[in-house]
Amino acid sequence: MDYELVVGLEVHAQLLTKTKIFCRCSTSFGAGDNENTCAVCSGLPGALPVLNKKVVDFAILTGLALNCEIRENNVFSRKNYFYPDLPKGYQITQFDEPICLNGKVTFLLDGKENTVGITRIHMEEDAGKSTHHGEFSLINLNRSSVPLCEIVSEPDFRSAKQAAEYMRYLHQVLLYLNVCDGNMDEGSLRCDANVSVRKKGETKFGTRVEIKNINSFRFVEKAIDYEAGRQIDLIEQGESIKQETRLYDPDKNRTISMRSKEEAHDYRYFPEPDLLPLTVDRKWVEKIKEGLPELPLQKHHRFVKDYGIPAYDAEILVQSRAMGDFYEQVAKQSKNPKAASNWIMGDLLKVLNEQKKDVTQSPVTIQQLSDLILNIDGTKISGKIAKTIFEDLAGGKYAGKSVDSIISENGLAQVTDTKAIESVIDKIIAANEKQVLDYRGGRDKVFGFFVGQVMKEMKGQGNPQVINDLLKKKLKGE
Amino acid sequence: MKELASRIQKGEVTALSITERAIKLAKASQKDLNAFITICEKEALDKAKALDALVKNGKTLGPLAGVPIAVKDLLLTTGIRTTAGSKILDNFIPPYSSTVVQKLEAAGAVIIGKTNLDEFAMGASNENSAYGPAKNPWDLTRVPGGSSGGSAAAVAAGITLGAIGTDTGGSIREPANFCGIVGLKPTYGRVSRFGVVAFASSLDQVGPMCKTVEDAALMLEVISGKDMNDSTSASVATQKWSQNIPTDVKGMRVGLPKEYFVEGIEPEVEKNVRRSIEILKNAGATIVDISLPHTKYGIGVYYLIAPCEASANLSRYDGIRFGHRAKNVADLSELYKRSRGEGFGPEPKRRIMLGTFALSSGYYDAYFKKACKVRRLIRNDFTEAFKKCDVIATPVTTGPAFKVGEKSSDPLAMYLNDIFTLSPSLAGIPGISLNCGYSKEGLPTGIQLLSNHFEEDKIIRAATVIEKNQTDVRKVPYGL
Amino acid sequence: MTSQSNIDKKTIQKIADLAQLALTPEEENLYTEQLGSIVNYVSLLSEVNTDGIEPLVTPTDMAFTMREDEPLKQLSPEEIVANSPDKSGNLFKVPPVL
Ligand SMILES: [Mg+2]
Ligand SMILES: [Zn+2]
Repeated sequence: MDYELVVGLEVHAQLLTKTKIFCRCSTSFGAGDNENTCAVCSGLPGALPVLNKKVVDFAILTGLALNCEIRENNVFSRKNYFYPDLPKGYQITQFDEPICLNGKVTFLLDGKENTVGITRIHMEEDAGKSTHHGEFSLINLNRSSVPLCEIVSEPDFRSAKQAAEYMRYLHQVLLYLNVCDGNMDEGSLRCDANVSVRKKGETKFGTRVEIKNINSFRFVEKAIDYEAGRQIDLIEQGESIKQETRLYDPDKNRTISMRSKEEAHDYRYFPEPDLLPLTVDRKWVEKIKEGLPELPLQKHHRFVKDYGIPAYDAEILVQSRAMGDFYEQVAKQSKNPKAASNWIMGDLLKVLNEQKKDVTQSPVTIQQLSDLILNIDGTKISGKIAKTIFEDLAGGKYAGKSVDSIISENGLAQVTDTKAIESVIDKIIAANEKQVLDYRGGRDKVFGFFVGQVMKEMKGQGNPQVINDLLKKKLKGE
Repeated sequence: MKELASRIQKGEVTALSITERAIKLAKASQKDLNAFITICEKEALDKAKALDALVKNGKTLGPLAGVPIAVKDLLLTTGIRTTAGSKILDNFIPPYSSTVVQKLEAAGAVIIGKTNLDEFAMGASNENSAYGPAKNPWDLTRVPGGSSGGSAAAVAAGITLGAIGTDTGGSIREPANFCGIVGLKPTYGRVSRFGVVAFASSLDQVGPMCKTVEDAALMLEVISGKDMNDSTSASVATQKWSQNIPTDVKGMRVGLPKEYFVEGIEPEVEKNVRRSIEILKNAGATIVDISLPHTKYGIGVYYLIAPCEASANLSRYDGIRFGHRAKNVADLSELYKRSRGEGFGPEPKRRIMLGTFALSSGYYDAYFKKACKVRRLIRNDFTEAFKKCDVIATPVTTGPAFKVGEKSSDPLAMYLNDIFTLSPSLAGIPGISLNCGYSKEGLPTGIQLLSNHFEEDKIIRAATVIEKNQTDVRKVPYGL
Repeated sequence: MTSQSNIDKKTIQKIADLAQLALTPEEENLYTEQLGSIVNYVSLLSEVNTDGIEPLVTPTDMAFTMREDEPLKQLSPEEIVANSPDKSGNLFKVPPVL
């Protein structure tokens, strides 16, 4: 029997504001215990929430990027439940009047475009953090009231890989928008997955299981795959799926039951009386729209179209906004978009990887890389010399120097002067009589040896074409 | 109050001597009135001395220079225990002060103590206090009203000239009425709620309770204004309500809602209200009949909305970060349940239960949401009414202060006591209650004056006219 | 909304659970009765026609308050945990969660 997987994701993205959503505490990660707390976010009696405008700006921007309608009427609600890391006993969130509805997002999966629906996006506050110590738990409220955007997708995913790819793309988009730092280790982006399976051809959804708090792309895929397998096994055994909430255990790669439907919370949502309804007018939305950057997929298409690079390259070059900008500037300045792509995809990415650096901290500047390419194309230097210069730049050897001055100060310009090359060839031929005889005796292979020797003598600066031509003539005794 | 502040400012009397006297009276009254939960003697005397030193140095203090003020124990005070009348906050020492307290202190007021109240301001008699009921200085066997009963008793007994109360469904106006003083509930949004222990967030409002209308107006000037820490405080300019209050009400239209003059009101209460309306008429007002057709739903709406909001507002009292924590608990769930079960008294529990029920799955639409819709109709009633009149005059309660214990066993009967004060709270409009006569037992009875949002000036003007034209003004029998 | 209240003892126990309140058996009985009569009373609202009426929360019309994204340190962690019945350093201590 063939089964079809049905998955929807709820992604929580921590917004990159300086302060929390309802108080002026810092959102900085790694502060001392309860250092970033105040009366409001620690839920002291009498404390009241005041909304951080930036949070709304960011939510609007995210909504625009995901093609949502931005709703004018916004209401914050209280979601009531008891948990030690939830100091007020309720979370302030948006319930029936969220900021965004009905969006969609298109991303690439194995090079093909996939589009899934975004049900809604809403703003809410995060909870604090409990750490467990056997006999007791400790509560730190530094994260309490940190702003989140919850991005809820339609149940449009049909494979775990597709869900993971969406998550990766969403991550990219949020970084493009600069609304989230995307740091999954610190919990800045995490997701819950609603998973169900059904027999192929069935139109009704199966009973869904919610998997909570998945915090890596890899785990998204693994958790969903595991859960789908578990559900299919149950059905095959003639059992039914229980609607429940489960947790993914990455160490054992399995999901475990957290609570059943019967134990599900009755959250008793109601409008937060400490905050008025918020009106987001068109003017506000238009203002935010001005700051909407080109998104990864658009950039991808444009790179392929305008610069003629392969889709594979484009996909990698648009992975971050900074990388895309870097590429695009090198492509323009070097007037050789393909070479620019090759250099970045090959040499630069390798260096950045080794040095664990972001492209914005690249040891080879846009100007330097562009000049290298220009010099190769202008045959001022050889590709080999260019590689050497590049490696030296990456190693920090010529910090701040222009490529032209590096070339001239170090005499690295390519030698095309026939006379100079001829004299080196003569010298090499004279010193290798045996090999000359071999060559003339029909061992063509020896030709490579001579090229190598000449190049070596010329420190790689000889123009390879000229060397080839001259060498052939001289060896033939012409 | 103005006179006292001015004498202190001029150095004719010291803030210290005035404060000492107030604290002496407060202490002496405790066994009879139980008006205070905490008397902050040391802090008050230190503050008074500091103010006197400033006066000596020629500094100009604020409008409440050296004036002793009592503050309901629902407002947070840095370093001074704040209980909200509940055992669950018995040991709570706030690390910050409410905006109102900060404003009072900046105006030169000396806070001498934290007054008794119904637990979490839930009640109309002060009998729900975990610290024992406050008593009415007019008759110690009677309640002072609630929930700001301690504040009303303290002012009525002459311990301070002014006190701070809070009003959610009548908790300033009703005790002021029972104790024969002036109580002003401002427009919702006029005064910051920051640092005020929340009962029902969309209703709670802080206001002054004083001997005179002018004093109440002066205190309102001090405490009102936009607060960036309270999203529900309005950016509406504060006026000098206490200055140049007109002595007439020429051209003012006073509306009498037919739904508020019904059977069940004690004859003296109605008689006194009608006499005050005559006073207004004689001072130039036109009397018009109006109707507030949804009045009878006010109690139902209030007793859904307030408990729903309260049920969430009281969730933070969980024994983890502050307040009472049960001993020897086996697990987290027991910690929650027993800390709250032991810490809350019967009335908060009842309201938490009611609110939790009305918000729970399957009941939300029928109860909470329905109540919010009817609330709009109630507000619309007032909006319509204020097209026909400037001020609405009504009784405050159906009768004078009742006996301690008289209604405490029947919560619904107690809730019905608030019938005239609830709807104005639901509509967010300002209301003032002031004494306008006495019952046959010699207990004070009052009148409530209401105006449209942010039109406190109108009720202050009308109240002043009634106050100035009272012929029967009696002294509180309780002597200190 | 029916005129007869839906509040029985089981409901009271369920609600007490939601509200994390330990009730004594006497309290359970008392609240079953009292909440029943209050709920009956408020059921009066069902007779009001509220078709097309928007729910009202904040009763006064006023502008929405927002603030800029500027940090301000207001209390120290010591002040935050000062009132806690059980703490460890500057952290709140509770029985094991989960
Ligand atoms: Mg959420
Ligand atoms: Zn904070």
